[in-house]
Amino acid sequence: MAIVTTQTPAREAFGSRNVFILSAIGSAVGLGNIWRFPYVAYEGGGGAFLIPYLCALLTAGIPLLFFDYAIGHRFRGSAPLAFRRLHRAAEPLGWWQVLICVVIAVYYAVIIAWAAMYTWFSAELTWGKGNEEDFFFTDFLQMADVAEVGVSTTFVPQVGIPLLVVWVVVIAIMALGVRRGIGRVNMVLMPLLLVMFTILVVQSLFLPGAMDGLNAFFTPNWEALSDPGVWASAYGHIFFSLSVAFGIMVTYASYLKRKTDLTGSGLVVAFANSGFEILAGIGVFAALGFMAQAQGTDVAGVATSGIGLAFIAFPTIVSQAAGGTIIGVLFFGALVFAGVTSLISILEVIVAALQDKLGWTRIRTTLTVSIPLAIVSMALFSTTTALAVLDTTDAFINAFGIMAVAFISVIVVAWLLHKLPTLQAHLNERSSFRIGLLWKILIAGLAPIVLGYLFVSELIAKMSDPYSGYPTWFLGVFGWGMVIALVILAIVLSLLPWSGRSRAKDDPEYDEFLAEEHYEPDSETDTVRVHASPKNGEHS
Amino acid sequence: MTPTSIVMMIVAMVTVWGGLVAAIINLARHPEIAETEPRPPVEL
Repeated sequence: MAIVTTQTPAREAFGSRNVFILSAIGSAVGLGNIWRFPYVAYEGGGGAFLIPYLCALLTAGIPLLFFDYAIGHRFRGSAPLAFRRLHRAAEPLGWWQVLICVVIAVYYAVIIAWAAMYTWFSAELTWGKGNEEDFFFTDFLQMADVAEVGVSTTFVPQVGIPLLVVWVVVIAIMALGVRRGIGRVNMVLMPLLLVMFTILVVQSLFLPGAMDGLNAFFTPNWEALSDPGVWASAYGHIFFSLSVAFGIMVTYASYLKRKTDLTGSGLVVAFANSGFEILAGIGVFAALGFMAQAQGTDVAGVATSGIGLAFIAFPTIVSQAAGGTIIGVLFFGALVFAGVTSLISILEVIVAALQDKLGWTRIRTTLTVSIPLAIVSMALFSTTTALAVLDTTDAFINAFGIMAVAFISVIVVAWLLHKLPTLQAHLNERSSFRIGLLWKILIAGLAPIVLGYLFVSELIAKMSDPYSGYPTWFLGVFGWGMVIALVILAIVLSLLPWSGRSRAKDDPEYDEFLAEEHYEPDSETDTVRVHASPKNGEHS
Repeated sequence: MTPTSIVMMIVAMVTVWGGLVAAIINLARHPEIAETEPRPPVEL
């Protein structure tokens, strides 16, 4: 079948390299940068944490980012298609990543909805001074205990309505496509996020007690460096923070032009992500320093992370600080923007995968994917037991979804399929920052050791004690059951045939790319032109 | 802030933000080749 048909529409692409970089930064900079990093760094030795953190960034984060870019760009497809083109048997890895994104998207949206409501609450100090904790759990979430009520179906309108709005907005962005939707949103929101956060940091620095906060954040505790747990937390943090290994970077890289500086772009993305984390650490600890002083305690007494930091500590700071309303609006607004740009990247993994598999149009695929996700998200997370479900799925998907798929992917690609030389050659042929033997050692050697260690330690921790003391049936469904179901479903999805109209079967652009690069032809898109090329064979 | 914590703050800023600046300079030195895809050579 040498005739190029026009049946498959041209693959979408980012408008330029800069749009890709901003979108990749938008994906990497998420809630974790703002509410997780400052506390992880503080707990892991303060200023001394910089050493394991930079080691993790340089030896695992950046190499894995290059690994994802190489797979997406070389095989030019969504995660399942890229892995399928890498090797037919590797396709389930791609679907596993897609399913991980399904789970994350469903709960990630509700945190954005909470943050959006809190942006509004900050303006009016709705929670009432001194009542921040009760307000969040009792008035706002109307939290119920899963051990008593099971999975609740009681609708909480102040969460459900903003959640619906979040879904409508992201579905609209997704339907507009890569260039007009994702690209444009990131071009607007990322600069805005930086400006807002910078103003927030500057304002926090002028609060009384801010310097004590910074002092606590940066004072090095060198003894922490002899604790393997601190090193593990640095690697774990970098790994989650960069959004590597769950399909996002593979998908985004597949929308890049053929001749793009991949490693040069990757370095900008990685350092921008870490740069934002340092900024967030300064802003958060300056604010916590103020909170400690206002409450007459030390920073250690108020330091926290995650939901407790965002929805209890920050409202307290907003209540007590002069100009607190501005701090609140900027902080929660930043959470919303950082969250939206990450959520659309997570959804794109799913939309792109189904678009490739079914050969459908953008809008049809977006609606088919997003509406059911929005319904599940509304059903589970606009009720009184949302927090328990969120907490459990998040903990399990991180450890036994993302961490597990990353561990298995590097082993499969490096040790079973021996594809690292192919990926290395592809990166070096078009990139400014050349990679060599060291990169292969880090991916094939260090990454599996670190990921394996983290995975096993998580496994031991979660098996020895029921997570957060939730009932066994609950952890069985939303924890263990969910992560095991993803693996089974990934295999089932790989066994389903690809549509005759899908890119796996008919992708003239990919065929042309293979011919131009003198890469080996793909078995399924069957291109006679490539076979006829005299300079056949892969540069590896 | 104590002198040690100030030093660590400066080291963190210089390494991470400096790394970002260096990465941006490196990328700016390698601009995108062309706005459009280069045409593949026509084989006669």
